[in-house]
Amino acid sequence: MNIDPLILTFKLATVTTVVLLLVGIPLAYWLAYSKSRLKPIIETLVSMPIVLPPTVIGFYLLVVFSPANAIGSWLNEYLGLRLIFSFEGLVFASVIYSLPFMVHPIQAGFSNLPKGLKETAYVMGKSRITTLLRVLLPNIKPALLTGLVLAFAHTIGEFGVVLMIGGNIPEKTRVASIAIYDQVEALNYNVANTYSLILFGITFSILLVVYLVNGGYVKRWFR
Amino acid sequence: MIEFRLTKKLLAPGGEMFLDVDLSIEKGEFITIYGQSGAGKTSILRMLCGLMEPDDGTIALDGEIWFNKADRVDWKPQKREVGMVFQDYMLFPNMTVKENLLFALPKKAEASIVQELIEMMELGELQNRKPETLSGGQKQRVALARALVAKPKLLLLDEPLSALDNKMRNKLQDYILKIHKHFQLTTILISHDVAEVVKLSDRVVELDNGKIIRAGKPLELFTSNHLSGKFQFTGQVLNIQKEDVVYVVTILIDSNIVRIVADEKEVEALNIGDHIVVASKAFNPVIKRINE
Repeated sequence: MNIDPLILTFKLATVTTVVLLLVGIPLAYWLAYSKSRLKPIIETLVSMPIVLPPTVIGFYLLVVFSPANAIGSWLNEYLGLRLIFSFEGLVFASVIYSLPFMVHPIQAGFSNLPKGLKETAYVMGKSRITTLLRVLLPNIKPALLTGLVLAFAHTIGEFGVVLMIGGNIPEKTRVASIAIYDQVEALNYNVANTYSLILFGITFSILLVVYLVNGGYVKRWFR
Repeated sequence: MIEFRLTKKLLAPGGEMFLDVDLSIEKGEFITIYGQSGAGKTSILRMLCGLMEPDDGTIALDGEIWFNKADRVDWKPQKREVGMVFQDYMLFPNMTVKENLLFALPKKAEASIVQELIEMMELGELQNRKPETLSGGQKQRVALARALVAKPKLLLLDEPLSALDNKMRNKLQDYILKIHKHFQLTTILISHDVAEVVKLSDRVVELDNGKIIRAGKPLELFTSNHLSGKFQFTGQVLNIQKEDVVYVVTILIDSNIVRIVADEKEVEALNIGDHIVVASKAFNPVIKRINE
């Protein structure tokens, strides 16, 4: 059995999660505290990947980033970036696809914090960024963990978007979920089964860890 | 000295309300804003510390203009040197007691103030504990200490003691008086507890529906018809009971419950829960030392 698809899957999930964390925190902060009229629209856009078929996202990304298109050719020419049938493209698509899974928990975390914590820090003379880093984020650790893990696990599980924009190129875009499909088509049920079992085991463990940590079980055991 | 004139349209539980206050407070003065909930008390404090923008008005502290609508001056909360204590403490749950105080320390300030406050507020044994393990009274002591770390010119207390029991309130009132005097603060307290107002403040301002309706020395204000009594206490009516031809009124004074005989005429004006003054004249009090 070739383990490249598994490695690629976890590489993709890791990179995507890191990017999502950097994008997700400011976005969640804005959604939690802004009173802008644009907010419902941005909120809707962030949530779209939950309901939209992944193939729709994949299809539009494919159209937009195709070198035959203005944006695609501009990216290719000036940044040397080709976002279709490439790893970078997969990361970009995964970030969009898993965005709600990172943003929603963090946004809920911010919203559930008492407003007074932020205000107290401001009255103390602390800047917004200091308040965010030293008061808000440390007090929403469970929400951050949930966001991280859901985004990671969701990226492992994606199929439609990857197939549309990445195709099935060994070591470049053939992630585990695609490899399983590939093996089933070739009637190699044993290999498909191995891949599937590994994915099942890993995602089960990851989610279990979240529930154990956030449910306070780990703290109880180590006391 | 702080002077402010603030107007703002507010959404109160009973509909729209127009807040319009004009006050000047001397340096070192302890002033209480007294009034029913929804009268606009908290909004005044929020506007003073910059968390809420007035529709119109000015705020000036010792000649520094913090807010002036006409000139579009509006200092951020960060820039106004204010200490604020909320009713629900707002301690940072991720930090220990000491870390909470240290976080409040401005960048170039001497850290010795933190130690001084820890001693003054008797927090030594609690300093390495997280807020979640503290009682309400302990949390509020930490919040008070934390509000003073940056040596503010103005201390704002938004009903800081209303979640505490009577004994704890008394103790914390003593702490508040102590720090008010020690740091020569100008303090604005919000309270709807008459006993607390009388004990703590130099001056009380009564707010109703967004307007100041009365102001003056607490005792004079709350006992509007002048009494000649030598003893007087503020308390709250717990019960009114008819016994034969007289009434027995049960009153809570501080944490003591006393029963006082009253006639029908006196009782007519009283309701259970009323804040009252009990005064007595022309009797011979006994004074005895308490052996502790």
